[in-house]
Amino acid sequence: MNRTTLGFILLVVGGAIAPLLGVYPTFLMKCWCFALFACAFNLLLGYTGLLSFGHAAFFGAAGYIAGHSIKVWGWSPEAGILAGAAFAAVLGWVFGSLAIRRAGIYFAMITLALAQMIYFVWLQMKFTGGEDGLQGVPRGMLIGIIDLTDSMNLYYVVFAIFLFGFFLIYRTIHSPFGQVLKSIRENEPRAISLGYDVAKYKLVAFVLSAALSGLAGATKTVVFQLASLTDAHWHTSGEVVLMTLLGGLGTVFGPVVGAFLIVGLQNQLADKVGSWVQVIMGVMFVVCVLAFRRGIVGELVALARKMGVSRV
Amino acid sequence: MFELLGITPQALYSQLLVGLINGSFYAMLSLGLAVIFGMLNIINFSHGAQYMMGAFIAWIGLTQLGPWLGNPQFQLNYWVVLLLAPLLVGAFGIVIERTMLSRLYKLDHLYGLLLTFGLALIIEGLFRYAYGVSGQQYEIPELLQGAINLGFMFLPKYRAWVIIASLAVCFATWYVIERTKLGSYLRAGTENPRLVQAFGVNVPLMITLTYGFGVALAAFAGVLAAPIFTVGPLMGADLIIVVFAVVVIGGMGSILGSIITGLALGLVEGLTKVFYPEGSAVVVFVIMVIVLLVRPAGLFGREK
Repeated sequence: MNRTTLGFILLVVGGAIAPLLGVYPTFLMKCWCFALFACAFNLLLGYTGLLSFGHAAFFGAAGYIAGHSIKVWGWSPEAGILAGAAFAAVLGWVFGSLAIRRAGIYFAMITLALAQMIYFVWLQMKFTGGEDGLQGVPRGMLIGIIDLTDSMNLYYVVFAIFLFGFFLIYRTIHSPFGQVLKSIRENEPRAISLGYDVAKYKLVAFVLSAALSGLAGATKTVVFQLASLTDAHWHTSGEVVLMTLLGGLGTVFGPVVGAFLIVGLQNQLADKVGSWVQVIMGVMFVVCVLAFRRGIVGELVALARKMGVSRV
Repeated sequence: MFELLGITPQALYSQLLVGLINGSFYAMLSLGLAVIFGMLNIINFSHGAQYMMGAFIAWIGLTQLGPWLGNPQFQLNYWVVLLLAPLLVGAFGIVIERTMLSRLYKLDHLYGLLLTFGLALIIEGLFRYAYGVSGQQYEIPELLQGAINLGFMFLPKYRAWVIIASLAVCFATWYVIERTKLGSYLRAGTENPRLVQAFGVNVPLMITLTYGFGVALAAFAGVLAAPIFTVGPLMGADLIIVVFAVVVIGGMGSILGSIITGLALGLVEGLTKVFYPEGSAVVVFVIMVIVLLVRPAGLFGREK
């Protein structure tokens, strides 16, 4: 049994029993939403080498669409979540087609600026509730049979959504398509010279990443019954970068570890040292970039390799 | 004509003035970003935080420093901090460059962006902890209070000064880089640092000073901004994102291009406030989208 399989088993078993061990389900659901968000982001940064600084746009937009369709139009939760993810995919297509016109540092700046534009749109539109957010989104019944007002039911639905997204990403990066993405990350001119339509691959990766980020954001709206501006703010874009960086860029499990650590840290620190959270996150950024670029999981993998257990 | 559109000429002129002011800040900040990017190949995400530091140094010098020193009468006036703040923040930038950024030059450029993003979070977080999120007022220096009657509108003296000072600084920078020997070293260093080093020019020192200068420019803009905008920890954060869009629109290849793009976008933003106020927050981003569709390298840019 190799390490990845072991990791999967730990993840599934751990996720399944965690709420039974007395861990607060709402906290765990928040972690899973951000973990999916970070994994989706990692597909782009870790495997394609594209740094998007505007991923909160997809996370936040899907939240608003899901919230509005469930609350105002009376859609079922699954339809609302799908609508949110679909909207994020469309938005991702628009962002992606614009941003891939420039590479490297410009790509990051363009995605950031586009996300800020969307942020202002949400701020001004009536249905989003502006600064107050879209509150009181009902949880309802999933496919008409599972009562999501029960937090245990909701927990396992959220966990299943995470696993679905996680598995999809895992399959993507281990498919021939994923290999092409990695080759773009490693050496773009060479991928072009081999005849790959690099722009198209980047765009598909971008849309997939946006859609899954949207899935995470829409799910978070159902969990917290709230879609807010915070989720669309550039701070959230920064958070997801940090989660991925801290856990390990381009590792399968890294973003999950990073998301749990950051969400956990915010939970722990928010009531004690409130305004320091931002400083601590900044310090983590600096430390990760200067001394810890492989991230936690990346370091573990490197350590295991050094000790001779070289199976990935 | 104005009556037909339901807009008074006064409203138009005053918004154009506001636009020109904002444009001067865009120009100064995007110029700093472009100079830093040229030498270091790094996008300085902490530019907004350093601009905010400049404004805070001005405010601290005027209102806080005296009480700290036990002499409430003592204060550093506007003109002193206009010189002092860029020097302090520039020195701070040099320390950052030497201790952190210089370790990243061999890596992917994105790490520089991430590092400076982290620094921006730290700086803003610390100021937030110390002074809260609400803004502080900074009084216009005595010499520049009041307004000049231009016949068709009243021009507040301080606003005229901001435009003149920022244009002077921008064109001085342009002159140094494009027309002097030092500037020719810089431009050569941007093109091919190794060759310039081989000719006996101390390139690492040049890189350090360039970062210090770019950051000092941000602090200078911050001091200029202090009497116009409220001085608060978040004043730089949202501004810098607009400046990023400005940089994408202009392209970072040309110094003069950065200046012109910055001013022009400020004016466009001002005009939008008159004719379609709801769109003023997003107009720069919309222009960015159009430029990306029509001319992806930016108006003054060239593909590397």
